[in-house]
Amino acid sequence: MKQQNILSQVKNLTFREILYNNEVRAFFFQVATFLLIFGLFYTIIGNLFDNIEARGIHTGFSFLKNRAGFDILPFLGNYLQDYTPESSNLTVFYVGLINTLIVAFVGIIVTTFLGLFIGIARLSNNYLIAKLAGGYIELFRNIPVLLQIFFWYNIFINIFPHPKKSLSFFDVVFLNQRGLYLPKPILENGFLLVIIAFVVGIILTVFMKRYFNKKHDETGVHTRTLGYSTLLILGLPAVFFLLLGSPLHFDFAVLGKFNLKGGMQVVPEFIALTFALSVYTATYIAEAIRSGIEAVDKGQKEAAAAIGLTQTQSLKLIVLPQALRVAIPPTINQYLNLTKNSSLATAIGYPELMSAFGGTVLNQVGQAVEILGMAMLVYLVISLCISFLLNVVNKRMAIPER
Amino acid sequence: MAVNELQSTRKPPISQIGAILWLRTNLFSSWTNGLLTLASLYLLYIAIPPLLDWMFLSANFNFGTVNILGFDIKFSEVMANNDNCGREAACWPFIYEKFYMFTYGFYPREEVWRPDVFYGLTALLIVIVRLVRNYKYKNRVILTMIVAYPIVSYVLIAGGFGLLPVVQTHLWGGLLLTLIIASVGIVVSFPIGVVLALGRQSDLRVIKLFSTIFIEFIRAVPLITILFMASFVLPLFLESGTNFDKLLRALIAIALFQAAYFAEVVRGGLQAIPKGQYEAADAIGLSYFKKNALIILPQALKISIPNIVGSSISLFKDTTLVLIIGLLDMLAMVNMTSQDIHWLGRETEGYVTVTIVFWVILYSMSRYSRKLEIRFNTENEN
Repeated sequence: MKQQNILSQVKNLTFREILYNNEVRAFFFQVATFLLIFGLFYTIIGNLFDNIEARGIHTGFSFLKNRAGFDILPFLGNYLQDYTPESSNLTVFYVGLINTLIVAFVGIIVTTFLGLFIGIARLSNNYLIAKLAGGYIELFRNIPVLLQIFFWYNIFINIFPHPKKSLSFFDVVFLNQRGLYLPKPILENGFLLVIIAFVVGIILTVFMKRYFNKKHDETGVHTRTLGYSTLLILGLPAVFFLLLGSPLHFDFAVLGKFNLKGGMQVVPEFIALTFALSVYTATYIAEAIRSGIEAVDKGQKEAAAAIGLTQTQSLKLIVLPQALRVAIPPTINQYLNLTKNSSLATAIGYPELMSAFGGTVLNQVGQAVEILGMAMLVYLVISLCISFLLNVVNKRMAIPER
Repeated sequence: MAVNELQSTRKPPISQIGAILWLRTNLFSSWTNGLLTLASLYLLYIAIPPLLDWMFLSANFNFGTVNILGFDIKFSEVMANNDNCGREAACWPFIYEKFYMFTYGFYPREEVWRPDVFYGLTALLIVIVRLVRNYKYKNRVILTMIVAYPIVSYVLIAGGFGLLPVVQTHLWGGLLLTLIIASVGIVVSFPIGVVLALGRQSDLRVIKLFSTIFIEFIRAVPLITILFMASFVLPLFLESGTNFDKLLRALIAIALFQAAYFAEVVRGGLQAIPKGQYEAADAIGLSYFKKNALIILPQALKISIPNIVGSSISLFKDTTLVLIIGLLDMLAMVNMTSQDIHWLGRETEGYVTVTIVFWVILYSMSRYSRKLEIRFNTENEN
């Protein structure tokens, strides 16, 4: 319809008028841009195929089925995928993915608590605490995170003792330069039921909270639910656990002559990486929390005090809900940054996606386009998921317009 | 009662004045606060003294005789080596011996005046930017410098053009390389970022689409994947036989990466400009180019300056990633020098030194950005 309009106009215009017509120009520019970008892609993809042929590089994804043939630092990914050098390159991809996700998961939990703590401490009326928190932020935010990873990794392997002289905590947890040794949980038949009971407990708690909230809104009677929630979330699985005859055992690490045997080894690469990423990201989260709390109008706190709320009530019911509205979006962005920064593990050899798959497999197979494409796709998907989460949160948090 | 008898004023109780009042209100206002104070003091007690001890008190400063500005200063008879340096505290002679590597990499010793002039120019640039703040033609001065600085620096460091002997890029390293990557990254990516931001705000759908895809894609993936792309895939994209410098590949990757981030910062500025400004520019018949160059961008860029500096800080931190594709920046030098068979196991000294250098640069940048933010904030309120 619009196109026809332009055409009918064009017929009645002089050449000069056509040249200066906004819509004609817009159309021309867009076509030109499209052709330029199309041409660029056409050339580079043509070159790519020429070069690949000239260098005898294979194409396609059949390399994923090939034998990997190298060892990977034993960590969660290996255990879950039963990785051996005989496994395929596709298994390496999964191992790397799992190792990336576990760093992101643990890092996000640690950094959230650390950031929350530092952010609140920054606003403390205790002079020393506020200054210490400020110093922490200024110190760790202004050091490149890769340098921090190297630094903590170096400290870890230098400061902790040789396996022979492992530090032991009640013979349950051991610490030496090869990492942290935790008891390895061994699940037996029926443990799944305990997990299901746990999930059911959480769901029931949510329903219960809704019920009592509704009751509170209607009648004004407030019910303390903490006891019931604990009972549902912890008690219910505990009952099942005992009924099924404790279907969970731990394999404890034992100090042998030269090394520790058994248990679950948490490699120093993981600890250094997660620690450095959490410490670094926490500085940004702390600033987000601080700006969130500072964004709450002073009048809100005064009004809360005026209607007789205690300090805790005022913080819980008035200040935090409003502060979180400001603080949560930047915090979620930092979660994404932490996940992306986990790819720096390449530098210390922790086998996550970019190190095991994007590094070692790439060096062996040489199919850079396919391998880097897969790795980028993973990060793209993670980032899309986090953007989606952010949108959902923003929508829920938005102040209802009146 | 004698009315005109003056009562001598009593002094306030000791707990209500001076240091004790300060302590009471700021450190011991309640039980929990007091406990927190004590806990923090303990934390400082276990952290600071060992650190000072390691860095200074027990550290080894046996540099031998050092010539500083023409004066011979004697620290010790001979310079310490790795064996008699001690393992319990810092061994600074290691840093002293490797100082050249940390600052210049493998740059030829006889050409070292060139990086020195480059460092001097960089410092001069910063001083001039601060001095001309209130000068009438400051925009012209700054623009000239932004154009001239990279050209002069390139001729100086790389040589060629029949002026200076050529120094291959694989010899560049240390702080020199870090500064080069950061400054080239910022200077090259900024114009691209502005164009992308305008593209994303454009009414032309095709241009908007391509800009948005580029920006969102780059922002979704880690810098390492782009560096790997540049070092493994980029050569395949070009005519076979094109020889491509490793540093140039890294610079392309960093410039494209940073451009996407600058674009989002500038877009934030563009969105903050009231719609009336656009409409007014259209109403007086300015072309798209003139509208943006004369009306929109000067205002939008001014608003976004603090965020531009903030984004540059991130870029400066990200330059360390180039070591993963084998470039020898300052951080890579730590790993390299501690492999020296004569100085094994001195990584910690290297990391601490590099940390201090990075921290000083980044902290000054972030202070500067905060200052700008405060300045622009007040200007907006008036």
